[in-house]
Amino acid sequence: MGRRVLITGLGTFWGGRMAQALERDPDVEMIVGLDTVTPSVALERTEYVRADQSYSILSRIVRAAQVDTIVHTFLVVDSTRMSGRALNETNVIGTMNLLAAASSAGAPVRQIVVKSSSLVYGSSFQDPVWFREETPRTGPPGTRVESSLLEAEGYLRDFAEDNPHVVVSLLRFANVLGTEIVTATSQALERQTAPYVFGFDPLLQFVEEGDVVRCLEFVTRHGVAGIYNVAGDGRLPWSEVAHICGTRLLPLPPVLTNVAAAPLRQLGLLDLPAELLSLLRFGRGIDNRRLKEAGFTYRYTSAGAVENFARARRLRRTVGSAPPEYTYERDVEAFFRHSPAVVRHPEA
Amino acid sequence: MPAGDRFVEATRPAALVPLRPREADTEAPLEDPRLSDVDEWGRSEHMRAVARQIYGPLYRQWFRVEWQGLEKIPTSGGALLVANHAAAIPSDAPVIMHGIEEELGRPVYGLADHIFKTFPVIGTMWSRLGGVAAHPENAFRLLREQRQLVLVFPEGTKGPGKLYQDRYRLRRFGRGGFVEMAMRAGVPIVPIAVVGAEESMPTLAKVPALARALGVPYVPITANHLVFGPVVGTVAYFPAKFKLRVLDPVTFQVPPEQERYSKSRVMDEAETIRVKLQDNLYDMLRDRRSVWFG
Repeated sequence: MGRRVLITGLGTFWGGRMAQALERDPDVEMIVGLDTVTPSVALERTEYVRADQSYSILSRIVRAAQVDTIVHTFLVVDSTRMSGRALNETNVIGTMNLLAAASSAGAPVRQIVVKSSSLVYGSSFQDPVWFREETPRTGPPGTRVESSLLEAEGYLRDFAEDNPHVVVSLLRFANVLGTEIVTATSQALERQTAPYVFGFDPLLQFVEEGDVVRCLEFVTRHGVAGIYNVAGDGRLPWSEVAHICGTRLLPLPPVLTNVAAAPLRQLGLLDLPAELLSLLRFGRGIDNRRLKEAGFTYRYTSAGAVENFARARRLRRTVGSAPPEYTYERDVEAFFRHSPAVVRHPEA
Repeated sequence: MPAGDRFVEATRPAALVPLRPREADTEAPLEDPRLSDVDEWGRSEHMRAVARQIYGPLYRQWFRVEWQGLEKIPTSGGALLVANHAAAIPSDAPVIMHGIEEELGRPVYGLADHIFKTFPVIGTMWSRLGGVAAHPENAFRLLREQRQLVLVFPEGTKGPGKLYQDRYRLRRFGRGGFVEMAMRAGVPIVPIAVVGAEESMPTLAKVPALARALGVPYVPITANHLVFGPVVGTVAYFPAKFKLRVLDPVTFQVPPEQERYSKSRVMDEAETIRVKLQDNLYDMLRDRRSVWFG
């Protein structure tokens, strides 16, 4: 019997990509996707269910659809997307509900893959050049997104301990750049000028968006248990990142940086959250060797991810961003999936 | 019958909503398109070469550096170099790094208090020139995995932060962390006794209130300030004669990569190295006829 997968955050970039990837896998029998918003990519056979922010209906779905694998892509790592309170609700309460559903008596769940972020390591002047999966962060979390991710990871660790029969994979991704994804970092690089903190040229690490999806797929398919850092090889200075992208650098003052960044946010020019400002000061590196030893190969290095982003950026600057190719229409999706009028050719 | 099976059977081989087939993803790794030569530690060999060009005359004509026992520094494999630390803005680190890079052609990574990373411009420059935050994980990777030469000053900021009247009296060697670094990495410790740095920028007094306000370990008032004025005196060294003596490498008969090492053993080894370094410093000072001419 094939696998029955539940994806949280189907409407997000990762949820949608992950569903597409799993649809190509003949071993995956059924895919249910959950989100507060409709999917943003075209899907062939994934069933979309609208949920509230904290996923209170999750345990019913898990039981009804006999889900054996949960891919949790819905942890919010970009704090510019929602308020601190909503972010906490999604990350902490959402994860709690998810784990409660997976650990209820008789639940069929056998694998959980969680997409977390290297934000859990923070970014401080006391950091080592490379964080291994065991390296503790050097200071208490300073932002809401960091503390909510740490809390969610804490629940997951408890869950893994209490449920040894479930394969738990926790993936911590470095900053993502790619052709399509929009993050606070990509927005900082999108314009003609990018910000930097005067006197600082931190070493950053990136992972390409395609590698992220391939990694989620790899871990889901092979049931790789444990905590893994996911990031391209190498680190490169922010000045080099800007150079590859062809943007000029505009200095922010090294003292009272967040005060200087506030008007940029108010004017709607650029949202530089606290965690990005500290990243622009001290950078962060995560050791990706454990996942490579588990058999995963990256297509892009950190610099490769930046270059791939830069190419897409140049195209966008020339022809503008492409209009969305797909909008979710409930009735249309239902028609293709369930209507007896649709002729299906199983053996064709 | 579990929900979902009804259409799953129909979907398995063919899609319900036919989509354009995606082009096959190749999985071959792509090339690394780096533009600069800044390595993972933040060091740039190019910047280092420029710095060596600029620093060369200072090294040869100003400090007139003389080495003893340079052959004791291994030409391959990792080793932890340990030296006494002095001068308000330490002049010993660049001398040791420059000297070894010129003479042996090997890069030296200098471990420094991570506070340096918080200083704009200076922190970045220090990092490009081979400075690395003194985190045990950094030391392990540099020494064990990359088999590099790493320089550390076990006195930390207590060395350069001391007053001129305390010159050449070694401070406490921290908690012996450097010995643990070497044990864990399985590399020898090579002590280097440095004479001359103390007189290149002697600290006469300190302003603790200002240091607290600025968040730095100390704010010195140096003899250089009095002689060269407050601006030039902050960066200009006196032409003290530098003599460096490399002592015999110390190896530890312990297995590497252990989680912990006996604290008493670590402290003993640290103290042994401190005493040896102190004795050699006194010995070198006994032979020194002039601060300026050696």
